[in-house]
Amino acid sequence: MSSGTDIYHEMIVDYSRNPVNFGKIEDHDVTFHDSNPLCGDSIDIDMKIDDHKVSDIKFHGKGCAICMACSSVLTEITKGKSLEEIKKIDKHDILSELGLEHLQAVRIKCALLSLKVLKGALYTYLGSHLEDTEGIDKLKTEAENLY
Amino acid sequence: MQSTESSFENIRKDFPILKRTVRDNKPLVYLDNASTTQKPNQVIDAITDYYQNHNANIHRAVYALAEESTEAYESARDKIANFVNVKNRQEIIFVRGTTEAINLVAYAWGRSHVDEGDIIVTTEYEHHSNIVPWQLLTQEKRAKLEYIGMDDNGELNLDDLDKYLATGKVKLVTFSLMSNVLGTITDAKKIIEKCKAAGVLTLIDGAQAVPHMKVDLDTLGCDFFAFSGHKMLAPTGVGILWVRKSVLQTMNPFHGGGDMIREVHKYETTWNDLPYKFEAGTPNIADVIGFGAAIDYLTKIGMDNVRQHEIELTKYAMEKFAKIPGLQIYGTKDIAKRGGVISFNFADVHPHDVADIIDKEGISLRSGHHCAQVLMERLNVAATSRASFYIYNTKEDVDALIDSLNIVAKVFKL
Repeated sequence: MSSGTDIYHEMIVDYSRNPVNFGKIEDHDVTFHDSNPLCGDSIDIDMKIDDHKVSDIKFHGKGCAICMACSSVLTEITKGKSLEEIKKIDKHDILSELGLEHLQAVRIKCALLSLKVLKGALYTYLGSHLEDTEGIDKLKTEAENLY
Repeated sequence: MQSTESSFENIRKDFPILKRTVRDNKPLVYLDNASTTQKPNQVIDAITDYYQNHNANIHRAVYALAEESTEAYESARDKIANFVNVKNRQEIIFVRGTTEAINLVAYAWGRSHVDEGDIIVTTEYEHHSNIVPWQLLTQEKRAKLEYIGMDDNGELNLDDLDKYLATGKVKLVTFSLMSNVLGTITDAKKIIEKCKAAGVLTLIDGAQAVPHMKVDLDTLGCDFFAFSGHKMLAPTGVGILWVRKSVLQTMNPFHGGGDMIREVHKYETTWNDLPYKFEAGTPNIADVIGFGAAIDYLTKIGMDNVRQHEIELTKYAMEKFAKIPGLQIYGTKDIAKRGGVISFNFADVHPHDVADIIDKEGISLRSGHHCAQVLMERLNVAATSRASFYIYNTKEDVDALIDSLNIVAKVFKL
């Protein structure tokens, strides 16, 4: 159970101190930004895409430990994957990786902000490069209803 | 009444919520009073009594219940007028809260007094409720919104005000009497003096000040003043807009509807007397009566005693905080210039994580931008943690906060 201080386990604290894939990609193929108005967390994701695969991904912004850890894990999962595979990443993939399945409702937004941004980045890319309107609509709905 | 700390100990008995526990059976330590306060039995009972014994609409019917409810509603207006030393009860308008009060001014005064090229001046430490209504107005009118800047100590740079006043284009200067983030008490007297000399009207957001110190509108000299009931023991959904009568007489109505009219014909209407011209529709009668009970409660304690109690708590907390390595307090260290609001950051730990960890210890602490994103930008932080005190808080509450911060330090290996 993620109650008490046990959501702040070693992995979360380490990731928040030393986030992975943190930074910017100057020559990105797509970039996307979103924020949580409630707590002020704010995340940007830059992606480099080659041959329908994410060859590089970085995130930057401000967030709490949960937000930073989840963003790190998400970018680790995403790197090297095809766009088709990334479309299928869902919230349980992130939450289970960090043992956050039972996160309380007010913190779920911290955990999933970067996934929302990733989906935004993906539909932006699909729209400008592949004209995959069906994929875009599905991703937009998914992103809107993520939490 | 004596201002001894023992009399404040007894206050806790009046607040049923303070008896409950939270999370793993931890006693509740409520430190989010700048956001909203808890309610004493006296207020809860007044609302219950109204619904159980007197409920009827006001200002119209002649039967007994209507007479009683009208009398209770209007006597709350008198209590509030007296509390902030307003001589003319016609100047006291009931609204939903400070936000609605400021929007009322922006709409009902602003739309007929602000033109293209005019300037509205606000400050860098305002709550969003004293920024956004002015953005809406100035955008609609092609007017300008300017900010009085803040120094690193959390105090306003009044040179900025002089600069804007010198343009001759300023129509209104609007500022909070106490910052909801930094606790800074604004030097209102000086600002009003400068504005008066320039013939410019002033609006004060008193949401954070009125609950915590004596405010005297008769001597303060501003033109508009807004505050909320729920930050001073009253229920949510009631607040006050006070407007100097000479200014109120130049204002159009805000909402049209029942109770604000004198005569309605097919194509024209004449307005009711002040303040009813600005109170359209059935108001929040029960909660206004609850507000009256809250005023009675605070009057009994005495606002000077409330202020003294919070000075002692704030001083105690600031001294304790100063001993925690890596803990940074925002705003002035001068207790005389600040209220019982302390915003801080703890090393590199995000405020959201601080609040989450100490919540498990039963402590209600606010984290976030506190509806003051302009100020967060100025401080160059994403968010802060904020502890804010009220009459029922004790030094033990501060100790519990300090203990829980030690847990944060342990988790994040500080």
